Amino acid sequence: MSAAHWFFSPVCALLLAPLLLGIVNRTKSFVAGRRGPPLVQPYRDIAKSLRRGAVYGEVTGWVFRLGPVVNLATLVAALLVLPFGGVGAVVSFPGDLIVLAGLFALGRFGTVLAALDTGSSFEGMGASREVHFAALAEPALLVALATLVRVTGALSLTDIYGAVSLATWARALPALALVAMTLAVLELVENTRIPVDDPTTHLELTMIHEVMVLDHSGPDFGLIQYGAALKLWILGALFVGLVVVPLRSFGLWLDGAAALLGMAGLAVAIGIVESAMARYRLVRVPQFIVGAATLSVVAFIVLLV
Amino acid sequence: MRELLFSLALLFLGGLIAIAVRRRTGMAQLAGQIGAIAGSALGLVAAIRVLVSGDVQQLSGTWPMPGGSLHLEIDALSAFFLLPVFGLSVVTGLYGRSYLAGRDAGRGEGSAATWFHLNLLTAAMALVITARDGLLFLLAWELMALAPFFLVIFDDRQASVRHAAWTYLAATHLGTVFLLVMFVLVGGLAGTSDFSGYAAVLRDNPTLSSGVFVLALVGFGSKAGIVPAHVWLPEAHPVAPSHASALMSGAMIKVGIYGLVRILTLLGTPPAWWGWVLIAAGASSGVLGVLYAVAQHDLKRLLAYSSVENIGIILLGLGVGVLGLAHGMTTLAVIGFAAGLLHVLNHSIFKGLLFLGAGAVQHAAHTLELEELGGLLKRMKWTGTTFLVGAAAIVGLPPLNGFVSEFLLFYAGFLGLVQPTVNVAVAGLITLVAMGLISGLAAACFAKAFGIVFLGSARSHEAAEAHEAAWPMCAAMAIPAVLCVAIGLAAPLVVSSLASVVAGASGLSEGQVRASLGVVTASLGIVVAVFAVLVVVAGLAWVLRAHRLARAGTRRAPVWGCGFLRGTPRMQYTASSFAQPLTTQFRLFVRNRETLVPPSGYFPVRSSYASDSGDPFLRLLFVPSFRWFSQAVSRMNVVQQGHTHVYVLYVAATLIVLLIWGSF
Amino acid sequence: MLDTIHAIGLVSCFALLGTSRIGACIRWLSLQGIVFGLVPLLAHDDGIGLRVMLLAGGNIALKGIIFPWVLLRLRSRTLYPREVEPFVGFVASILFGIIALGLSVWLALELKPALPHAPFLMLETAIFVISIGLFMIISRRSALMQVIGYLMFENGIFVFGVITVVETPLLVELGVLLDAFVAVFVMGIAIFHINREFGSMDVDQLNALRG
Repeated sequence: MSAAHWFFSPVCALLLAPLLLGIVNRTKSFVAGRRGPPLVQPYRDIAKSLRRGAVYGEVTGWVFRLGPVVNLATLVAALLVLPFGGVGAVVSFPGDLIVLAGLFALGRFGTVLAALDTGSSFEGMGASREVHFAALAEPALLVALATLVRVTGALSLTDIYGAVSLATWARALPALALVAMTLAVLELVENTRIPVDDPTTHLELTMIHEVMVLDHSGPDFGLIQYGAALKLWILGALFVGLVVVPLRSFGLWLDGAAALLGMAGLAVAIGIVESAMARYRLVRVPQFIVGAATLSVVAFIVLLV
Repeated sequence: MRELLFSLALLFLGGLIAIAVRRRTGMAQLAGQIGAIAGSALGLVAAIRVLVSGDVQQLSGTWPMPGGSLHLEIDALSAFFLLPVFGLSVVTGLYGRSYLAGRDAGRGEGSAATWFHLNLLTAAMALVITARDGLLFLLAWELMALAPFFLVIFDDRQASVRHAAWTYLAATHLGTVFLLVMFVLVGGLAGTSDFSGYAAVLRDNPTLSSGVFVLALVGFGSKAGIVPAHVWLPEAHPVAPSHASALMSGAMIKVGIYGLVRILTLLGTPPAWWGWVLIAAGASSGVLGVLYAVAQHDLKRLLAYSSVENIGIILLGLGVGVLGLAHGMTTLAVIGFAAGLLHVLNHSIFKGLLFLGAGAVQHAAHTLELEELGGLLKRMKWTGTTFLVGAAAIVGLPPLNGFVSEFLLFYAGFLGLVQPTVNVAVAGLITLVAMGLISGLAAACFAKAFGIVFLGSARSHEAAEAHEAAWPMCAAMAIPAVLCVAIGLAAPLVVSSLASVVAGASGLSEGQVRASLGVVTASLGIVVAVFAVLVVVAGLAWVLRAHRLARAGTRRAPVWGCGFLRGTPRMQYTASSFAQPLTTQFRLFVRNRETLVPPSGYFPVRSSYASDSGDPFLRLLFVPSFRWFSQAVSRMNVVQQGHTHVYVLYVAATLIVLLIWGSF
Repeated sequence: MLDTIHAIGLVSCFALLGTSRIGACIRWLSLQGIVFGLVPLLAHDDGIGLRVMLLAGGNIALKGIIFPWVLLRLRSRTLYPREVEPFVGFVASILFGIIALGLSVWLALELKPALPHAPFLMLETAIFVISIGLFMIISRRSALMQVIGYLMFENGIFVFGVITVVETPLLVELGVLLDAFVAVFVMGIAIFHINREFGSMDVDQLNALRG
């Protein structure tokens, strides 16, 4: 394990994740014909939240305070097993993809319980939606990973993403394309972007994720914002690592740089999607997720026969 | 072996003394408790000694009854299944006295009877697990089936309780019929009722083996609570005393799994379709169990359905294991069995804990109805915190024990995927999808259970006045909570120490098992390191936020309500509304019956909404078929004349017919 | 190439199962028609003759362009709701699709020995598309969706015919195409008139026409 592994997987993610949000917002502004906030605005937001004091709801207890901390910790820990394009993760072992899914589940559980601790009806509503969609998104993620495992024959994320090459794409084009689509949808679903949820919406009744963190403030909210950026990064890396293969295998540093470029491209793409699409009605979201999972099931069946 | 016998004697003696002095409640309670704790601790010692040393302990003797023999044995598999039985019995023994003292005010004799039956249940389970003789096994099984009946019917003044108890009794005996047929069939062919004679007739007879497998699956499955034979669980568990529910759900249904595994060891190499049947049963029990659990609004019913879900997970593990054995894939088989067996232990720990927590809640707030609870974490710190640990563990969240067994199962699923055999790959995918769905829905279910009961603010006067449970109850809940964390953090150690058990269950040699488990334990070692990072980062983030807040200050204010500042507890999100999106999504399976009187007009006067989350299998399958059966049977009423002399005539006629038949 | 067609075929079926807008359904159907039209060019190793070209071209033109165009026009001319209005929910439909896919793989494996020349992927696709077409006809309320289901059904038969009948696919195909052609136009005209008369297109309400 060289410096490059440490640099790209955890360090770049920790440093650059908020920038991803900046690019998304900037793209949306550009498409809408505005200048938009500077790229570093998310950093400023996080720093500002961290500086401020906090207001706590009257009935909240320690679960409310622990939620954001747990959520952030799971995402940081997930960075350890996350490969970045062709650059392997800091630790990799057979079964590390299960740990990734487990950490996501833990972070979500923390956020949901923190929301329920407020006793607010809005936050209960958000929590209810979150667990609903997560219950469908988790199998979707697993099926996508399962198909990748079947394609590459590897049982750890680093080996899987290391084994994806142009030759793999040529051999299993339809399957990999379908998996990539599933992962792209999951990036939108798990990070509650449009068309699933609008991160900038101001109507509590329609929110999903944002409504759960309505009552967090100060450092707690800063941790939540940072966590959201990290999650966007992690799921994005799963997608980008699969797709930016043509720029692969010139050496670790080049691979990492290519993947960084890919992440920036993904952020632009998300911005364009958000500008071009409207939100789905809430009842359509489960269909969207199940549809995405189906793509991977089809990919798996295509591989088998 | 001697410890086990002493342990059984102590359990029985404690119960008997409790009955003998039943009028003096304090004495009876003390006797029952000492019998339970001392006897179970001794039994635990016996089991652990076998697991550590690896020696198989035997006891065989004759008994004065015709047929069968007194053959007991503790091998690794039996010892492993004794752990939840005796372990939980120690914990429930600790818990039971304060619990009964609170619940049982003015009914002194009830608590003596509860202790007697509780200890009897523990002893009977131990006997089932160690019996190596068909007749002895069946007798112990029947004892184990009857004792809970008296526990369930504890509150026998309520009609619903009596109904639940009869449902349980009917379900368990329907299952026993299959076991009876199985043992009679095999015993008849083998010419002996001893297990050692069974293997000889079963090994080379695929038809017979398959028949026995199906009988065992149905018979033991009804005890374990496989869908659709699960209907007694949500009826019986809520009405039994909580520590009895803990023992029943934590240990007794696992004895069903034990029976299945034990029979599997006698059957030789399994064909692939057994694995498929187990996987199908596991996936359907798991998914349907957790779906029904999400829909419940009685805490103990919810926990009972969650037991169905966890039995499904265990069966999925065993199914993958059997499939691995059938295809000669040793590693797959070993990891599948390890996942299923470890989940047996884990589930007994966290489900025991959760039922004890539910008991404490009932004790404090006098209800288990979720819509009337809330905010208990502030008034019941121990109960709430341990319940949270149990809830997180049962969802399979890192770094707790539930994650370890689910890690093994997911690992087995992924391992199945990379096998060249298409069937195994498809089984792997099904396992993964089912497990993904189960764990996602379980997260929803327990976020609801913990969130609605312990977070927010109290929804009823009683919940607002709740008090923490007595210290023995808190201690009894703390022990399994600590175990949840400990098994999670010592995962590699725990998994590698399963080797002898897995070898016993799968019939593979211990060397093979160790080699196969080596891969996963290596992975689990790194997983634990990742857990450590998780904890450290969480600690750092906590310190950062505390440091910041110390400087910037905090204040309290009402939560955001779109400007509405006088929110009341009644305006919180309810358990039913929390679950509504999921129950609607899966209405094909859940089938809640809803009655809605919507508000109408400008000044609506009355409006109401009610939903009934009764079990669709009970409603649509069992009730109609039992009704049909009872109609069919009622035609037999002609023979029932109600005159004694007619009955004597029947007896005489039977005797004569038997004599004639016997003389030929 | 065939595996890409296979994947697109399967995805289009799932899209049709999960889409609620009739317009989107028609476009997916068009894509399916075009892609399946390519099958005759790829399914046989013995070169591409004029006949095969004609078959492919005709099929693409009819089912990829003309039928969808007719259907789209029909949709925009009638005051018909834009939604599919299923009897069976979308998620349930997709789950049915997955089960049907599994069954078609199994069926294709069973048929394989009987049809040694047919490419396995296409065999499976054909069976799957036929089953989904039937499912659409059964499970959708709107008459337009029933036409779509019927066309999917026909797509499946087309693929099946092309890959199994080595010698005379043209004859088979011409017959089926004609059949479909008539069906689409009869249905189209009927829909147009029914809609004008009754202002509704719900097949569920057609039983009101019983004498």
